[in-house]
Amino acid sequence: MLSRESLINILLAVLLLAVPLAANAYGEPFYVTLATRVAILALAATGLNLALGLGGLVSFGHAAFFGIGGYAAGILATHGFSGDPLFFGLSGTNQMPVIWLVAMVAAGLVGLLIGAISLRTSGVYFIMITLAFAQMVYYFAISWPAYGGEDGLSILVRNQFPGVNTMRPVNFFLICYVALMAALGLFVLIRSSRFGTALQAARQNEVRVATVGIAPYRIRLTAFALSAAMTGLAGALFADLNRFVSPSMLSWHMSGELIVLIILGGTGRLFGPLAGAALFVIFEYVLGGLTERWQFFLGLILLGTVLFARGGLLGLLAGKARHG
Amino acid sequence: MKTLVSAATLALSMSVSGLAFAEPVKIGMITTLSGGGAGLGIDTRDGFMLAIKQADNSEIEVITEDDGQKPELAVQIADKMIQSDQVDILTGIVWSNLLMAVAPSAVAQGKFYVSTNAAPAALAGANCNPLYFNAAYQNDNLHEAMGEYANKDYKKIFIMAPNYPAGKDSLTGFKRYYKGELASEVYTQVGQTDYAAEIAQIRASGADAVFAFLPGGMGIAFMKQYAQSGVEIPVMGPGFSFSQDVLPAIGDAALGAKASGQWAPDFDTDVSKKFLADFQTEYGRLPSIYAVQAYDAAQLILSAVAKADVKDTDAFRAELLKADIQSPRGDFKFNTNQHPIQDIYLTEVVKGADGVLTNKTVEKIFDDHEDAYAKDCKM
Amino acid sequence: MTFALALEQLLNGLQLGVMLFLMAAGLTLIFGVMGLINLAHGSLYMVGAFACAAVAAATGSFWLGLVASLACAAAAGAIIELLVIRRLYDREHLDQVLATFALILIFSEGTRWVFGSFPLYLDIPPLLQGAVALPGGAQYPVYRLAIIAAGALVALGLYVLIGKTRLGMRIRAGESDREMIGALGVDIRTLYTVVFALGAALAGLAGAMVGALQSVQVGMGEPVLILAFVVIVIGGIGSIKGALLGALLVGVVDTMGRLLLPQLLTLFFPPSQAGMIGAAAASMLIYVMMALILAVKPRGLFPAAHA
Repeated sequence: MLSRESLINILLAVLLLAVPLAANAYGEPFYVTLATRVAILALAATGLNLALGLGGLVSFGHAAFFGIGGYAAGILATHGFSGDPLFFGLSGTNQMPVIWLVAMVAAGLVGLLIGAISLRTSGVYFIMITLAFAQMVYYFAISWPAYGGEDGLSILVRNQFPGVNTMRPVNFFLICYVALMAALGLFVLIRSSRFGTALQAARQNEVRVATVGIAPYRIRLTAFALSAAMTGLAGALFADLNRFVSPSMLSWHMSGELIVLIILGGTGRLFGPLAGAALFVIFEYVLGGLTERWQFFLGLILLGTVLFARGGLLGLLAGKARHG
Repeated sequence: MKTLVSAATLALSMSVSGLAFAEPVKIGMITTLSGGGAGLGIDTRDGFMLAIKQADNSEIEVITEDDGQKPELAVQIADKMIQSDQVDILTGIVWSNLLMAVAPSAVAQGKFYVSTNAAPAALAGANCNPLYFNAAYQNDNLHEAMGEYANKDYKKIFIMAPNYPAGKDSLTGFKRYYKGELASEVYTQVGQTDYAAEIAQIRASGADAVFAFLPGGMGIAFMKQYAQSGVEIPVMGPGFSFSQDVLPAIGDAALGAKASGQWAPDFDTDVSKKFLADFQTEYGRLPSIYAVQAYDAAQLILSAVAKADVKDTDAFRAELLKADIQSPRGDFKFNTNQHPIQDIYLTEVVKGADGVLTNKTVEKIFDDHEDAYAKDCKM
Repeated sequence: MTFALALEQLLNGLQLGVMLFLMAAGLTLIFGVMGLINLAHGSLYMVGAFACAAVAAATGSFWLGLVASLACAAAAGAIIELLVIRRLYDREHLDQVLATFALILIFSEGTRWVFGSFPLYLDIPPLLQGAVALPGGAQYPVYRLAIIAAGALVALGLYVLIGKTRLGMRIRAGESDREMIGALGVDIRTLYTVVFALGAALAGLAGAMVGALQSVQVGMGEPVLILAFVVIVIGGIGSIKGALLGALLVGVVDTMGRLLLPQLLTLFFPPSQAGMIGAAAASMLIYVMMALILAVKPRGLFPAAHA
């Protein structure tokens, strides 16, 4: 028999698919766009959840990976569109699968680099260092003029996926939905693998893990790089959703928002990021329509969640989390 | 007066052609109404709405939303306006980076975009578009004018701008016309608030003038700190650096500063005087150049709405291109890349009779000035 | 580069450093004593600046505004400590980050609600206007010298407060053993509120002083907050001495980098390109410096005994 949480998870997954399909059938493409945002933000937060939820690594710099993924898409698409070679004679491309691969590799490599230095520290140091590294990437993007600097970079035509017309909002939504589901599947695989068990064990008791001969540093570094790559993929999709990349994808507010998504949904849960992203986008849309001051109320809701409802949305719906 | 006539023509054509005009024209205005750049967006909105109000046309609906100067937000709003509200025309964006995020995809979806301010080079040359119009200028124009003016009085100039594409375009535009020596070329951080380091460099540079393009809050901070520094080298800039929205904040530190602009409140024409009086009656303050540009953008749209159905893209575009309006700026027509051909003047910051700081026209720098990118535009 | 320019830039670096110290001192003190990471520290900086601008505009006196900035920031600090922060001391850092992130949203939007979207402006008091001559022929604004002096006074004051007073003794005790001082009968809840308000007041003072140089607007605290994080990470979290030296290091390196890097690059690139690339590199310089320092000393230059 399925647990209550599993039922809610299935319901969430079905709803995220059904609502935009229905909206599309009734000729309301804007709701499809909103659902696409939910799927992409959930994917980014699922990436962060690998590090934060499983590994207990509170990264306040995941916007860096989100933005790097976005810029990978933007830069490749620009060169693919103009035909100018990139560097070392490589050419750009408009094919999403290639762009995704590049985005994940680029974000993963930068994640490896940032992780290698940051993971030498822990606790508050780790939070602040990841934040500072993300700021470094942010300032670099702002002041490097080749790809738009502060102005950002426009993707004039959405990139292509073989056999799919990506300009149709519902098609692009389906691509993002599949990517999200694949990421959630991967998350489950990792969580139950030997690697995942070691990662979670390192979160709970570092000394014990070290004594059984597992190096926590390497496990964490691997998890951090994987997490960065997944968030990078979300960044590439986000760039294609907006057909635009800018340094604000790299800003520390973005890092904060990604953490917020996880907490709003419920820390340490598989579907926490999705629940959180859906809630966030609904808040933004509903509150934003009611008042210009919606961020004020978002702040209050967030504060309330942290102080009094630590389980987040899923915690309220499905009861206490089974940590593990 | 003109707009009243337009409204009347519209009423007449409606009664004649009936159904063709039954659908109201929906205009989506995306502009900056919160954050540090809000002053520019508020003037844009108010200038635009002044023309709309004067036209008093129930067939025109304007939806206004705040982009908070954030590109992502602007894209979301544009998506919503196009997909959900189904607007015909978008307008109002102040910043080049937000425009680059919104305008190319809006015109790709068959919507008109009439810019009230931002005019990046990228949309003026090879990537110009039949549905994209700019009612303000091309970004380089005001900087080019200052370069031309600087030739007359100065030999060695220190130039600075923020390190982003509009800043780079600014200094490129200045250098396109300036023939003298450059003391130094400095790029500052976007959003920088402390200019002590740059002021020290200016002091040490031996320049005889400073050209600074620092829009909004950056310019305010720079001018206030410059006034305290004891450096006496004169500062000049494009009109944005000393426009009506920042002058009260800079205070007397701005007195005597030279700038370039397509309009100043002291213009001695009936159209300009009437606009000035109407704006002051409606909003109780002096309009900035942003308000004039938006006012003209609205006039352009109104003039085309009066003659053609917005759904008939070619006809509507042809009417817009005629630029059949009376601009407070004076001469106004469109170039082949659908950017203005207009006069540009040298202005100076002075204190008006009532103690309010304002810009006074000194002389005309350029007559019927065209931008440098029109030749690359093939439409 | 002339001596006058070098001297002026050094002073500029010092002035930035002093500003950062006022922010970092509060952050590091709060972390050292209560183990709390406070993202909303930048909001308190903003509160100080707005209080100063509003009171100065109403009364015409910058000095009254300065007093108001200290009072308002301290009061705001005490209020959020009582309402929110004290529930977070036993929580994990993740909860602290989020709750204080939420406070930023509330403070920023709330301030916009009260004061509107337009920036406010503060004028430098007549006493401190203008510039003075420096050796070597340069001039330097009096107001910036005053900021450096004020920062030096605060540093000295903190040294005396922590080293020589009863309150300071409790703070030091709190840093080394939290349970112990409770057992010794010190009212720990009041102590925490006082420390938090003290840190807030320092941030508010910094905001007010900088407000007169720049402009007072929503969000002004965030760039400073992140620089202050860099400072305390470099200096060693929990160490006031580390905060002071880290702040001066960051201030001077940042200012000098902005001047020297573009000039250095003119050796390799044409001037306009060197300017742009130099500006880009200079904006990353302190983060690179932080990475290098951490690669060698993961707990900063002056690790506190008990952080």
